[in-house]
Amino acid sequence: MIATLTSKKLKRVDAVLEYASKDKRFKILEVHMKKHQHRHDALIEVLHKAQELFGYLEDDLLLFISAKLALPPSRVYGVATFYHFFTLKPKGAHTCVVCMGTACYVKGADKVIAAIQDAIRIKPGETTPDKQVSLLTARCIGACGIAPAVVYDGTVTPRQSPADAVAQLKKWM
Amino acid sequence: MDRQDLLKIKERELARRKKFTLRCCMAAGCISANAEAVKAQLEKTVADLGMADDVEVRGVGCLKLCCQGPLVQVDPRGPLYEKVTTDTAPAIIGSLKGGKANLSQADPHHPFFERQQAIVLANSGQVDPERIDSYIAADGYLALHHALTEMTPKEVLDAIDASGLRGRGGAGFPTGLKWGTVAKSPGTKKYVICNADEGDPGAFMDRCVLESDPHNILEGMAIAGFAVGADQGFIYVRAEYPLAISRLQLAIKQAKQLGVLGSGIFGSPFNFNVDIRIGAGAFVCGEETALMMSIEGRRGTPRPRPPFPAESGLWECPTLINNVETFANVAAIIRHGADWFAGIGTEKSKGTKVFALAGKITNTGLIEVPMGTSLRTIVEEMGGGAPDGGRIKAVQTGGPSGGCIPAEAFDVPVDYESLGQLGSIMGSGGMIVMDQTTNMVEIARFFMEFCKDESCGKCVPCRAGTAQLYALLTKIIERRATARDLQILEELCDLVKHTSLCGLGQTAPNPTLSTLRFFRSEYEALLQPELPNGARATPANHLVTP
Repeated sequence: MIATLTSKKLKRVDAVLEYASKDKRFKILEVHMKKHQHRHDALIEVLHKAQELFGYLEDDLLLFISAKLALPPSRVYGVATFYHFFTLKPKGAHTCVVCMGTACYVKGADKVIAAIQDAIRIKPGETTPDKQVSLLTARCIGACGIAPAVVYDGTVTPRQSPADAVAQLKKWM
Repeated sequence: MDRQDLLKIKERELARRKKFTLRCCMAAGCISANAEAVKAQLEKTVADLGMADDVEVRGVGCLKLCCQGPLVQVDPRGPLYEKVTTDTAPAIIGSLKGGKANLSQADPHHPFFERQQAIVLANSGQVDPERIDSYIAADGYLALHHALTEMTPKEVLDAIDASGLRGRGGAGFPTGLKWGTVAKSPGTKKYVICNADEGDPGAFMDRCVLESDPHNILEGMAIAGFAVGADQGFIYVRAEYPLAISRLQLAIKQAKQLGVLGSGIFGSPFNFNVDIRIGAGAFVCGEETALMMSIEGRRGTPRPRPPFPAESGLWECPTLINNVETFANVAAIIRHGADWFAGIGTEKSKGTKVFALAGKITNTGLIEVPMGTSLRTIVEEMGGGAPDGGRIKAVQTGGPSGGCIPAEAFDVPVDYESLGQLGSIMGSGGMIVMDQTTNMVEIARFFMEFCKDESCGKCVPCRAGTAQLYALLTKIIERRATARDLQILEELCDLVKHTSLCGLGQTAPNPTLSTLRFFRSEYEALLQPELPNGARATPANHLVTP
């Protein structure tokens, strides 16, 4: 039983490595690991880089990292799922991050979220079926002086009303 | 590199100074209000008008009044222009020639500015955070030079001890004592960690310090490394702060090139390197043992203390871990002396504290005030009260670990002990103002939801307790609860507080407990009467599967 499981797992790793050798992004990732001398404490840095290259962390990518860093897959998966920043599902073409820090909350960020949910029918953490827009929330982006703040594709935008946010998202859809 | 070289750089930098300097705030708040385009427009106008010999347009760190950004300060002694746009920017250049710019200006005598005392933020808005020479012109790295060449590690420890500096991360542990413990711990390899995982929602002081004056942190860490015998430092910074990360990376590179970081600093045998570790979004990583797990590339779960990090920390080596703001005070203490620092603040809380003022308040932004300043001064005088004629109801300090302080208690001086007595904490410095439209039960639930989501799951009281507390608060808000539920809420708060493993769980009930203490009537107004037959719901009925 154990033997079959192990050989099955090995086969999958082999397949991943085989498939990875044809993709340039894996090469870049390997160079990055080499820069960190394949040290185990560089795992979070490597995952950051992997997410930057691939957009999200799929299972095969995590297996690749575990094989290259000589870490058990459970450890890599454990770290990838522990931190909010890492996502195991693909994101939409555009992302809308609503800050839900206290200052933004007090100034009505919850109403911004509610309006978006109403208008485009997705919840925080979800992506529209056409894969155009992902809605996310942030703990606090530290832009409390301009609350409520929303980040559209990486651009922090100050003082967003529910109508402003919905209008911006409609442009993307 | 020696003292003469530093002074030479300073001289060169001062000689470069032109007749006018336009300091443009380049912190995240103003950048999101289009400050980069405003700066580009100012540079273009200066070039177009052929005034490049007279006018320098300099990007600087936070100018503090975030709500009025983009901000542009005219030197020498010119006005601070607010809400500058690319259209109105040329008028500022025009005003330098004697014209008048018809632009909104901040009142320099407003208490928001006059009541501030800058130690941590002394360079913020003054120096260009992307140029090390600019920091050296403000006497940067002289303190490190002084410590390395004229002081022994013991003398540095004594100075920090005598200054009375306490940890600015929230708990207020005496910094000198912590440094002393690390210095005494046996071991050849030691580490210095700067905790820049500013996770409290509503707090942005550390972000501003890192973005505005990154070299000050590096200098403080190097002095700490010298004092405790460490040669390696780590800055653990949130991934949510990309600008702070890039400025730190640049600062480290420049400092290494100049030889103020690296091997044999200032010709002494002291080596010190700093690496950045980027977090990945976990509030619990602000807890020191969890943070160290994260630096080691693991899941950020805390472990019981002792052993304390000072004895066994990163890779089981003695580790000094301090907050950004704590390190930001170090160079100033060495430069001006411990007595100078100990002369500021109250008997038990020395120095100043930076607060991020936000929420329902007219002047949102960054303030640095001496310890002991009353909340009333901060909120009403400096903050200018609630906007649109609202009435301020409470101030929340300390984020999800802190509490809500009601307006009646605003005369309390802000120091570690006084805030503790009110059931809140100093925290890292987030100060969220709430007005009469804010429902305190919903605020309590907001923070409980935060703690529930951020609980790492290692210990049961925190993992299960916060979920049950959240369910109870929801039940109250949905008007389904009775007086018995309120009693259970209080009992459970007490349990979670006293039995959780780390600071996250131990302080998670604070927002609920403090709102219960000061705004109990808001909870009671939502309660349903007991069942008519006198039956009481058993606790089991309240347990909700999360």
